[in-house]
Amino acid sequence: MFLYTLKRLFQGLVTVWFIATATFFAMHNVPGDPLLNDRAVSEAIRANLESKYGLDQPLSTQYFIYLRNLSTGDFGISFTQENREVNDIIREHFPVSAILGILAVVFAATGGILFGALTAIYRNRLPDFIIMILVILGISVPSFVIAAMSQLALVSLNDLVGTTILPVAGWGTILHMLTPALVLGLGTMAYLTRLMRSSMLEVVGSDYIRTARSKGVPAPRIFTKHQIRNAILPVVTVLGPSIASITTGGFVVELVFAIPGLGRYFVQAVQQLDYTVIMGTTVFYGAFLVFMVILVDVLYGFIDPRVRLEK
Amino acid sequence: MSVLTPADFERIQYHQKTQNISRPSLSYWSDAWIRLKGNKRTLFSLYLIVGLLAFTILGPVFWNVDPAFQDLDQVSQAPGTSRLAIIVNDYEAWNGESDISIDALRLVDRATTMAVRLKWDTLPNASGYRVYRNIFPVGPEQAYGIPLVEYFDNTVLFFEDRLDLKPRRYYYSVVPMDDRGNLLDGYQSIAVDPIRVTTLDEARSKGLLTNESTLQAGDSINLSLHPLGTDYLGRDMLARLMEGARVSLFIGIGAPSLFILFGIFYGSVAGFIGGRVDQILMRFADFVVALPFLLFMILFKIAFGIGPGESGIFPMLVALVVLMWPATARLVRGQILQIREHGYIGASQLLGAKTNYLIFRHMLPNTLGVVLVTITFAIPSAIFIEAFLSFVGMGVAPPTPSWGSMSNEGIKNMLTSPHELILPAILISVTVLAFNLLGDGLRDALDARLRNQE
Amino acid sequence: MDKRSNYAGSAAKQLGVYAVYLAVAMALIVYILAFFAGTSGALINGGAINEERNSITIALAEEPPQLDSTRATDASSFIVIAHTMEGLISYDDNDQLTPGVAERWEIRDNGATFWIREEARWSDGLPVTAHDFEYAWKRVVDPATAGEYAFILYPIKNAEAVNRGDLPKEALGVRAVSDLVLQVDFERPTPYFDKLVAFNTYYPVREDFFVSTNGRYGADADMLLFNGPYVLTEWIHGASMLWEKNPYYWNDEKGFLDEIVIAYITNDVNANLNLFKDGQIVQTSLTAPMLPTAMEQRWQIDRFMDGSLFFLEFNHREGRVTENLNFRKALLLAQDPSELVYKVLKEASYLPAESLFPVWIQGLQGAFRKEYPVPEHRMDLERAREHLERAKLELGINDFPPIVLLTGDSSLSLLAAEYYQELFKKNLGLELRIDAQIFKQRLAKMTSGDFDIVMAGWGPDYFDALTFGDLFSSWNLNNRGRYQSEQMDDLIRIAQSELDPKKRMDAFSSIQDLIYEDVVIVPMYERGISFVVDPRLKGFKRRSVGPQVDYNYAYIERL
Repeated sequence: MFLYTLKRLFQGLVTVWFIATATFFAMHNVPGDPLLNDRAVSEAIRANLESKYGLDQPLSTQYFIYLRNLSTGDFGISFTQENREVNDIIREHFPVSAILGILAVVFAATGGILFGALTAIYRNRLPDFIIMILVILGISVPSFVIAAMSQLALVSLNDLVGTTILPVAGWGTILHMLTPALVLGLGTMAYLTRLMRSSMLEVVGSDYIRTARSKGVPAPRIFTKHQIRNAILPVVTVLGPSIASITTGGFVVELVFAIPGLGRYFVQAVQQLDYTVIMGTTVFYGAFLVFMVILVDVLYGFIDPRVRLEK
Repeated sequence: MSVLTPADFERIQYHQKTQNISRPSLSYWSDAWIRLKGNKRTLFSLYLIVGLLAFTILGPVFWNVDPAFQDLDQVSQAPGTSRLAIIVNDYEAWNGESDISIDALRLVDRATTMAVRLKWDTLPNASGYRVYRNIFPVGPEQAYGIPLVEYFDNTVLFFEDRLDLKPRRYYYSVVPMDDRGNLLDGYQSIAVDPIRVTTLDEARSKGLLTNESTLQAGDSINLSLHPLGTDYLGRDMLARLMEGARVSLFIGIGAPSLFILFGIFYGSVAGFIGGRVDQILMRFADFVVALPFLLFMILFKIAFGIGPGESGIFPMLVALVVLMWPATARLVRGQILQIREHGYIGASQLLGAKTNYLIFRHMLPNTLGVVLVTITFAIPSAIFIEAFLSFVGMGVAPPTPSWGSMSNEGIKNMLTSPHELILPAILISVTVLAFNLLGDGLRDALDARLRNQE
Repeated sequence: MDKRSNYAGSAAKQLGVYAVYLAVAMALIVYILAFFAGTSGALINGGAINEERNSITIALAEEPPQLDSTRATDASSFIVIAHTMEGLISYDDNDQLTPGVAERWEIRDNGATFWIREEARWSDGLPVTAHDFEYAWKRVVDPATAGEYAFILYPIKNAEAVNRGDLPKEALGVRAVSDLVLQVDFERPTPYFDKLVAFNTYYPVREDFFVSTNGRYGADADMLLFNGPYVLTEWIHGASMLWEKNPYYWNDEKGFLDEIVIAYITNDVNANLNLFKDGQIVQTSLTAPMLPTAMEQRWQIDRFMDGSLFFLEFNHREGRVTENLNFRKALLLAQDPSELVYKVLKEASYLPAESLFPVWIQGLQGAFRKEYPVPEHRMDLERAREHLERAKLELGINDFPPIVLLTGDSSLSLLAAEYYQELFKKNLGLELRIDAQIFKQRLAKMTSGDFDIVMAGWGPDYFDALTFGDLFSSWNLNNRGRYQSEQMDDLIRIAQSELDPKKRMDAFSSIQDLIYEDVVIVPMYERGISFVVDPRLKGFKRRSVGPQVDYNYAYIERL
């Protein structure tokens, strides 16, 4: 197990190197010039700026400097936010995205499991239809439309009540987090609901349920002891990947709700062609995803011996 | 024990009919098709998709309107608005002259959607004036509406409004100001109802008039028809939705088809050859999977650099293919590995089948079901990604429309002209839904395990 | 059937129990997450106006890159600096020059002297001295600082040479004669120097504090020293800021609020509108699609010109079609800015542009544009087509190649680009290719000359016609189309150093005419902004020059 973990970690490091390299060359292929600004500057100033950011070196040298700094965890200094290290930027903005993401996953999982079970119980009856319509909306409406609409709905709601029940944008308190997290988690919730529903139906038809019924086990007991427990398993296994995709996919929600997360920051950095921030964010997110996957795999290894044997 | 006679060793007669097959034999695909047809939801989704394709491909034949043409007389028009307009003479600049006597805020000439001309008399204590326009009466709150102009000069007593005039009621107010621009009491207000007008030149340039037409200023005419209304530049929504459909569906169907083709190739090579090659190929696929997807989509988008006049569809397609193939490759590889172990492959090999035959007769067709399902689910996600990129300003370049970029523009005008958001958003939703339902249906139909359920 | 519903009922009940468990667990998780979020989040003040604390809440469009006044270049930084810092001279609430740190001043042909007031203090209580200005200005022109706005100090003796690295920074023509007297020598006569001094780049920096920050000056709230009406006490990057009243500030005519909370940093106009509607911020801008909502809400809408001018700038470099005067004339005559503004952009506060000089520029007594009217422009397709034919002859071509229109990626500039594309196709049969690029890519293409026409804009730096007037001099690096004419250069030299106001204004008028005759640019629009302010807040100001929003004179009206 220890060897396996070690091997996976090494693979992870190689993957991060690959991401870093791909990012570096993609970035330096981008046309445009990060040092230009509204007001043109003289040659002398330009040369100073270039040497400050090391852009006067040949590309290969820049690449090795970049790798060397990366190995010490140093992403450099931002181009637009002078005097700010990319590390600081990530440290300040990533927790926001992460909190939003975790909350979204919590909403998605809870909602998905509850709604999925409910639709299976009331299969082809009213609650099923209502929830399935919501699911269809969650699957088929683009997230930016949902986000914009829900913000509008919040304004109307607050207007109707006459006081601010839920804030329409911003970040900081529990109330600020609820709507964006719900919007962010909606797609995943719809997906999980469908998964839970079909999983429940599959379990209902299985032999052990039939056996339990024929033995005369009371319905609630069958439901809790057999149906739910077994139906939940496939849902739990897809949770890992959804956490990762939600945490890094919060751009739209962060933009619409003015949340100071890393996703929004990335979009702004791209507009400004802020090399170091773009590279730092991409590599950081890449590494984050890679090690999350490894963590999940290793944990599964502890739980499920088959995984260990396979490798 | 009976005694065997030589007669027992006689060759028996060949029987023409040994077994009676009462039903036609069903291949895997025809069986799948029957079950697909039996599923109402899937059938519905198929109709939807056929309808969408017809809308995209045949639509422009029936509705042959230039999607780039700007009808500036009918900007952001909701569907079903009246098209009646009066023909007037060409616009002439106005220097504030009029022959009517002005005692208070008055309308000069007839108010039209081309211009509303106002004059007023000197107001007490005014060092200057500000003119406002509202769609509601001013009321006790003194909500004058939109400030249109301010004059820091109390001798200017006229104003001409040409800003985005619609044929509806407006309330104009003129408010006196002190010399620092603060508003004073004693405003004057009038209600004005501009009529929709157009000029002969305009009508002719839009093909509303033939050369022989005898219509003159003062006659009424019907403006161009826009069944689904117009967008913020007066372009026909229906024509633009059709053109946008071509872009969105091209990306939505093109990208998945390409990356799945590549994935099949890559995956089957890895799966079939196996060993060291397989390991290296799959390690590389792992690398690509690990790239943060949306971040790299954006990065690639700017790295490709869209030149003047280019739509940026191709770079987006390439970026999608480059980033999305590994999932299919993994899937196909897994399938091939599984199939390789099946008995019928061994049997086929024993019967002397060649490698090519094995791959094309047995392995690929058997992975096809899974691949087909993957494609149908990849299409909606590609359409979503296109829409998302448009939202963060990294989508196709204007003037090329796509449903994503159209809804992104629509969001900005959501409150005033909701149809600009709703129409493209509905099309996105319907497409995504249709392909999702089809995917579900296909999965059920192709999965033999589910044969006895639902 | 009955049995089935019985099962469903009991199962649903069971599910309900689970739901309660889950809800409790979820509440717990939310609570824990909120605890962590609190350490990374915004300052929430409970509404736009808090009378009890004498505080207001506002939103800022962008996060300032940094707040070193000598290097700030963007609108957000200007806004923060305008509230936390003060220069020698500043503007009052009627856009007139008023004494700032300098009590009085004197501008001569060859230099200027500023007498600094004794009561001016830094936010740590120490006095602001002439040395702080000397230090700051020398730092600005030092090429090692790489200040983008160094050019604004060029009227000072040797500034350009120092900035190019030809002279040491000690050679700059500024010195503190004593703690309270600042002496400036000019490179050339600069009658508008008082207006320049009001700009950010001329603000003071205290040497000992700067050195103590170890190169991080301006990066964080504790890496700054202030001398303005407010001090920045908290800065959570990308999320929020807190400005508090500066107890050491000398002027009691400014800074009436105890606190200004910047609780939101977002440039999403819809989010801003929703926040205002919800009573969370005191002021918001309104774009055209929002105006019906604003009227429905019965808000008192206000507007102002933000000072900037937008225009189509031609590429005058050799080998471009746009180098041909007749071609440029054809384009000028085939368009009408009022159609762009009234029918396409539909922004109520925009003005169709007619000249390089916006309407708010001051002339001798009144408005410059009143005293020196622009040549009248009318769309004339016949003449446009004539010029186009002539251009064809001169260039020796039968058809024009596709014209590249370089533009930004904001929705408004795309809107205009799409409009021009159709317009020139319809009116002149020209094919325009839109080249929409993100900010830095557009700048790179503008700098290298990779365009035929670029949609450009220019915002004023100081309250004088020269801020627009010298844009097309052959030495101005911001002249991205590389327009060159000796006549223009001569006129700009007069405008820069002529001491007789009448002659100077005449020069500007000639520049205005030359721009039109030579079709250096096609003016598009002058930008204005419609906005709405919470009616309880008085004294709020929006400006064309300097900070776009100004709360220095704002106070809460108590009923």
